Amino acid sequence: MVAVAVLGAAGGIGQPLSLLLKLNANVTKLHLYDIVNVPGVGADISHIATNAEVKSFLGAGQLAQAVSGIDLAIIPAGVPRKPGMTRDDLFKINAGIVKTLVEAIADNSPRAFIAVISNPVNSTVPIAAEVLKAKGVFDPQRLFGVTTLDVVRASRFVRDLRPSADAAALRVPVIGGHSGNTIVPLLSLASTPVDLSAEETKELTHRIQFGGDEVVKAKDGAGSATLSMAYAGARFADSLMRAIKGETVVEPAFISLAADTEGAQEIRQLGAGDLEFFAVPVELGPTGVKRIAPLGGEPSEFERVAIGVAVGALATNIATGVNFVQNA
Amino acid sequence: MFATRNAVKLGARSFSTGATLQSKVAVLGAAGGIGQPLSLLLKANPRVTELGLYDIHNTPGVAADVGHINTLSTVTGYTAKDDGLKKALTGAELVVIPAGVPRKPGMTRDDLFNTNAGIVRDLAKACAETCPEAKLLIISNPVNSTVPIATEVFKKANVYDAKRIFGVTSLDLVRASRFVGEKTGSVGEVPVVGGHAGVTIIPLFSQVPGLQLSDAERDALTHRVQFGGDEVVKAKDGAGSATLSMAYAGARFADSLLRAAAGEDVLEWAFVRTDLFKKEGLEFFSTYVKLDKNGVKEVLPLPSNISAYEQELVQKAIPELKKSEAKGVSFVAGN
Repeated sequence: MVAVAVLGAAGGIGQPLSLLLKLNANVTKLHLYDIVNVPGVGADISHIATNAEVKSFLGAGQLAQAVSGIDLAIIPAGVPRKPGMTRDDLFKINAGIVKTLVEAIADNSPRAFIAVISNPVNSTVPIAAEVLKAKGVFDPQRLFGVTTLDVVRASRFVRDLRPSADAAALRVPVIGGHSGNTIVPLLSLASTPVDLSAEETKELTHRIQFGGDEVVKAKDGAGSATLSMAYAGARFADSLMRAIKGETVVEPAFISLAADTEGAQEIRQLGAGDLEFFAVPVELGPTGVKRIAPLGGEPSEFERVAIGVAVGALATNIATGVNFVQNA
Repeated sequence: MFATRNAVKLGARSFSTGATLQSKVAVLGAAGGIGQPLSLLLKANPRVTELGLYDIHNTPGVAADVGHINTLSTVTGYTAKDDGLKKALTGAELVVIPAGVPRKPGMTRDDLFNTNAGIVRDLAKACAETCPEAKLLIISNPVNSTVPIATEVFKKANVYDAKRIFGVTSLDLVRASRFVGEKTGSVGEVPVVGGHAGVTIIPLFSQVPGLQLSDAERDALTHRVQFGGDEVVKAKDGAGSATLSMAYAGARFADSLLRAAAGEDVLEWAFVRTDLFKKEGLEFFSTYVKLDKNGVKEVLPLPSNISAYEQELVQKAIPELKKSEAKGVSFVAGN
């Protein structure tokens, strides 16, 4: 019995995400919030005959109500990329949006799990953390940057290269961050071994890192990934909801490593150093991050180099986010 | 109850359905308000092995997006360039057609006729040429006319088989179930028959075991189901009509056909060719339909124990349905 709020529900990701959540039998209350159009989206979705009771909240004046009494807040709000833009280019607009939304969650449902989709995740998650810390309600086990789509893409792209691979079953750990070269797929540690040449590894890694750009380019100005992001977001939400109910579920997520200081040792030694945030495979439980799941092996030399590159960029992204709140 | 009707298994990490069955689904109008979430739901359905997405623009972007989802199916996006429509349709087992314009506040589905009739006719022509044996699932409104239009096009091309053309009415069923559920707390299936516009939509509350409604409640619920679409058009205030719930309903009906093709016994409701009301001069009616791999296995008559109120609704619907049917038929004859 879970109450979920979607903040940015009328947007390109928000709409299909809200649909998928309405179809999830675990959701009993679905709060849809946005600054435009959300009453129409709510009326539309509310006609589907599943458990969740749908309520729409329109505009800043209704934000507090939207995030009251909720167990999970998912945040796809913000603007998407156009061709040629990096996720960082979105920062100026989306940073402010995320700050405002997380402030409201902190005030009204401080124990809620927060799943951030709004880019650049490498910075917006630190922003969320700083807001929660300032309000004295930060729990590193309850804050997640959604990186599920990178993992989905990894298994999909492997299958494109090796059609006999079972894409849906294949699990490729993806660590680091959620943009370009901060995304580090650990193909050598895939759940089923995949035989790849050095060249293939390089190409596949690059494709996974820039999968988002692939869609931005194909949409030619019409937006970025919406449907696949909704799918990934809904999958993460489902995993979290199953975990709340008592199941142990492993999902990737961009988290504060303070959520499991012992479990974080492995990733710190592999290159994360003393970064505060990093994307890791997370074992989810009723309190959110139960522990950081072990990688199950040593990354390859190629992957170690990629981790090094990722760490450098990530340090900058995290600092940008932290500074945004501290200088506000 | 809902679990058995759930057309979507998120994640699809392990499934035991016969995924060896090649089932290509084409979506015509895939970049639109309904088309996009519909394509997402179909991509998530493990019974679909290939998706062909067609629209007049934006489909390569939609296909790139949806194609990143790690389920079984491959996805390709097409526009009219380079015979795109033909390629989208080649090998399709199901063709779902949400293409067309949606209503604005104050419009009836019939007001869409002038624009959507031509769209459906042209798409039906392409289907008749490229995939005459595919099942057509028509969502484009006004369904009460666009199904007769598609039928006439297939007849002209000499490839018509009444078993394979469906007007999708699933959203009325979903709404009826939802609205009753909101009132009574139960979530059971409510059969809906007739057509897919206003007073042609006939919910059969008499067929829901244990459902007790006062006359006033029955009237209010009937009206709400009939004008559920208007409710959403009004709430969207010019931004469109039902898209997400329609995508869900369309995906659900497509799944019913895929399950039937895989050998399951499936009972559904859809707007199909039937002689049930031949005496009254009607060729199409939405009724109980048994499905198999050929599409319609058997068209069933309305239950003999529908209420007097419901019988009256049927009588009221018939002249409306006849008008819409005739409009669709003469459109094809004259165009």
